[in-house]
Amino acid sequence: MDLNSLYTSFNYIAPEITIAVALIMIVIFDLIFDKNKKIIPYIAYLGIFSALFFVAANFNLTGTNYKVSSLNESMGMISTDTFGSFFKILILVSSALIIFFSKTSEEIKKTFERAGEYYALIFGMILGMMFMVTASDLILIYLSVELLSLSSYVLAGFTKLRDRNAEASLKYLIYGAVASGLMLFGISLVYGMVGSTNLAALNNYLQLPLANVLTFTAAAVLIFAGIGYKISAAPFHFWTPDVYEGAPISITAYLSVASKAAGFALLIRLIRIGFVRFIDGDGNWHISGIFDWQSFIIIISILTMTLGNFSALWQNNLKRMLAYSSIAHAGYILLGVAVLSNHGLMAVMVYFFIYMIMNIGAFFVVMLIADKTGSEDIDDYNGMGYRTPLLGVALTVFLISLTGLPPTGGFIAKLYLFIALVDANLIFVAVIALLNSVVSLYYYVRVLKHMYLTRSDKDDLLFEISLSNKFFVTGLAALILLLGIYFTPLLDLVKNVSFFTL
Amino acid sequence: MEGFPILSLLTFLPIIGMVVVLALPKKLELGIRYTALVFTGLQVVFAAVLLANYNYAAAGIYEESSFQFIEKFRWIEIPGVSWLGTVKIDYFMGVDGLSVPMILLTAIISFIAVLSSWNISKSVKGYFALFLLLDTGMMGVFVSLDFFLFYVFWELMLLPMYFLIGIWGGPRKEYAAIKFFIYTLFGSVFMLLVMIGLYFSAMEVMPDGSKVFTFNIIAMMDPSNFTVEGILSPFNPNNYRFVAYLALFVGFAIKIPMFPFHTWLPDAHVEAPTAISVILAGVLLKMGTYGILRISYPIFPEITRDLMYYIALFGMINIIYGALCAMAQRDFKKLIAYSSISHMGYVLLGMASLTSTGINGAVLQMFNHGTITAMLFLLVGVLYDRTHTRGLNDFGGLATQLPVYTGFVTVAFFAAIGLPSLSGWVSEALVFIGAFSVESIRTLTMISTLGILLGAGYMLWTLQRIFLGKLNEKWAGLKDLEFREYAMLVPLTVIIILLGIYPSAMLDIMNTSVNTLVDFLAVNVSNSASIGLLN
Repeated sequence: MDLNSLYTSFNYIAPEITIAVALIMIVIFDLIFDKNKKIIPYIAYLGIFSALFFVAANFNLTGTNYKVSSLNESMGMISTDTFGSFFKILILVSSALIIFFSKTSEEIKKTFERAGEYYALIFGMILGMMFMVTASDLILIYLSVELLSLSSYVLAGFTKLRDRNAEASLKYLIYGAVASGLMLFGISLVYGMVGSTNLAALNNYLQLPLANVLTFTAAAVLIFAGIGYKISAAPFHFWTPDVYEGAPISITAYLSVASKAAGFALLIRLIRIGFVRFIDGDGNWHISGIFDWQSFIIIISILTMTLGNFSALWQNNLKRMLAYSSIAHAGYILLGVAVLSNHGLMAVMVYFFIYMIMNIGAFFVVMLIADKTGSEDIDDYNGMGYRTPLLGVALTVFLISLTGLPPTGGFIAKLYLFIALVDANLIFVAVIALLNSVVSLYYYVRVLKHMYLTRSDKDDLLFEISLSNKFFVTGLAALILLLGIYFTPLLDLVKNVSFFTL
Repeated sequence: MEGFPILSLLTFLPIIGMVVVLALPKKLELGIRYTALVFTGLQVVFAAVLLANYNYAAAGIYEESSFQFIEKFRWIEIPGVSWLGTVKIDYFMGVDGLSVPMILLTAIISFIAVLSSWNISKSVKGYFALFLLLDTGMMGVFVSLDFFLFYVFWELMLLPMYFLIGIWGGPRKEYAAIKFFIYTLFGSVFMLLVMIGLYFSAMEVMPDGSKVFTFNIIAMMDPSNFTVEGILSPFNPNNYRFVAYLALFVGFAIKIPMFPFHTWLPDAHVEAPTAISVILAGVLLKMGTYGILRISYPIFPEITRDLMYYIALFGMINIIYGALCAMAQRDFKKLIAYSSISHMGYVLLGMASLTSTGINGAVLQMFNHGTITAMLFLLVGVLYDRTHTRGLNDFGGLATQLPVYTGFVTVAFFAAIGLPSLSGWVSEALVFIGAFSVESIRTLTMISTLGILLGAGYMLWTLQRIFLGKLNEKWAGLKDLEFREYAMLVPLTVIIILLGIYPSAMLDIMNTSVNTLVDFLAVNVSNSASIGLLN
């Protein structure tokens, strides 16, 4: 690669460069302005919004860059396309929300003298995720997953306020190390067969019936293990409840949304570029016959959602319950991937956009309440709806949306998911998913029951929240309701972004 | 009336009321009550305006042009791309003879339920806000002609209902509320699946000639709109129409509630506050049978005909089983709840006959059941307010102490039993006549008539236990009805007597539509598959 093409390719990774620069800026500011940490979150905002600007400005930019060899022009380390841009926007928006989240959280405020580290690590995560959604080479995929993981291991135990923090961090690290080891082994198997780590090369290789089925299946499953760990799909989900419960709540929310989104984007790109032979006129992906992704993902997703939902039924800690609920949602979203068509992809993207808002909203309310009462136990939510009417109503909206009832965004997300499933004739699977969402109603409504139906002796202890928090919560809740009634813009956006650069 | 959005107004008036209620300060309880009363009162006025402008000769059912007060505009429209056709969802409302009686019923019952909630003292603001939201959901279901819209309204009522039972209910309110919620959601997720299946099977022709998938219920009734490969299309030899019909039917049956899906109802009724019981029995149950007539019947005519025997069978089970259960109750409210199950069985039986008489009777029975059972629950509430007990054996001889109250109870009981010249008699007679005329379900009909006997049994026995005999000294200080209670009982009594003497007032509204529905079912059952294949 000559210098000139290096220079022109800057355009393709402008957002990533911005994030990297912002990361360095945060570290420098942290060192120079030792006394004034208050400025750091604003540098973070600046970095995120500049990156957002670059993504938006180059939204339709497509191409592949950082070629691995001069022989084949189409095989680069990264693929810039609208699919990636959509997920980058998703990641950046949720990061911006999380920065606001972190600024409010008492947990993070208590460790404010280390704010520099905190935001630097968040940016490490962002950078990892940005590369994950755009990487089209197994080496870069592995590196970006590691970058994301290493930053998040530290963040999971960041506050060191409770024993739980250390447990979370350690568990995350150990599980993560195993998962990435498995993934690396899978990658090495692919390299051994294909002779290249590039996904496009993999695709070319699979067009011909050369591969050994057994070895290849092992490789695919191993690589999926790495990704499944990131999206907390069963049976790689065991770390999720403990880490989500132990980590600072802002990080929990972040892990449950952004890091999952990146994992899904990666999985979709892996299948779409690595395995799809061709796409027919109806948008169905025809996969190389060597590995039956559809059956595999369907089994995993049914397992994931059922385990997630049934485990959530017994939880008494709201954070832990939301952790299991996020596992269940990963199961639903996996079904969208399993459809293996543009419709399924559309459903995944709609789902993620709405899931981001409702999940961050739910975690935010839980955090605000925990900051006042010092507890995340569902029993301590008795009468909460009367003590803080706004938060009560907002949490109701988020939980109802997570259940998937109209007129909230969550219903639209589920609707498009089921539309994709029915369209692909996967009706049996749709029935299982629907029954699952009936089960989920029970534990979501259980929170409402404690908030409104059970009174406590503290009913009169109203508590105040700041105006900016009120706006934030009301904004998210209003957005969820709006998306339930008028979702044209979201669908319009999503239907146009199913473009991949091979 | 041309161009005046009366249906949207009817539907969203309560929401406006809800906003007003929420804006009022918490302390202003009387203001909140009056706001709710005014807005539900306005709803009654608009329902009356609707009736005054309603054309009795227009049929509706399957013909979009003969629906009235149509409001139709594009709600969601997303232009297609190569792999994805145009997505469109309409905001589509309209009424015909099936929905107008239900709209009248909803408006009247909501108004009366507000009156009966007057003494609610716990979180008045929250109560009336949720109540008005519930009202919107109910009204919306009866005016929607787009499946998507229908579903949104259908689900919209769940949450307010959950809270209304759960917060303001009796001792076991939490159990009753979640049971109601989960049962109904269980039913409606299957409805969702059928809705999506139908969406992918029916295409509507747009004005520019293109064809797009549609949620339009009317379009789904026309076999020529079905695609060849759609999973719920009659032209697809491997279609799932039968399974879909059952799934949809279960969704509606849970609401009716049909045996064996009825177990949520007694719990919900016993725990719910009086006004909510009134809404539940008066309006909510009707949504199940209305849904079957509006959606299941005309979209799946051939399967309806195949299964009519079983619908009648379950109707019969409902009648007998509900009555037997009612007989065994010691709790006044639970007794009424089971009698309500029994009476909904008549609706099922009438519907299953697929004759004009039978379905006319069924729809009339829906209206009558709404008024009679609502009145019964109100009366239970009146007694409970005074004595704080509902045990049937705790009373005795109240007739001397509460003569006016006893009079109202007697009217309501006799209407429920089906005494001639009261409204219940007309609809039950029509149901039996209609069902008896059909050879295949004649035996079931004959067994069902036992329900009347059993009904007379438990009703008269109750009357005896509460009102006759020696006065229990404990109740010597009870006061008879007050003005507010007159205000809610008198209108219902008037309706019950009026429809008993002159049932045509209601039958004329629905008759044209019901006849059209019956004809449509008869024609379409035999021809639907062949019409399409010939084309």
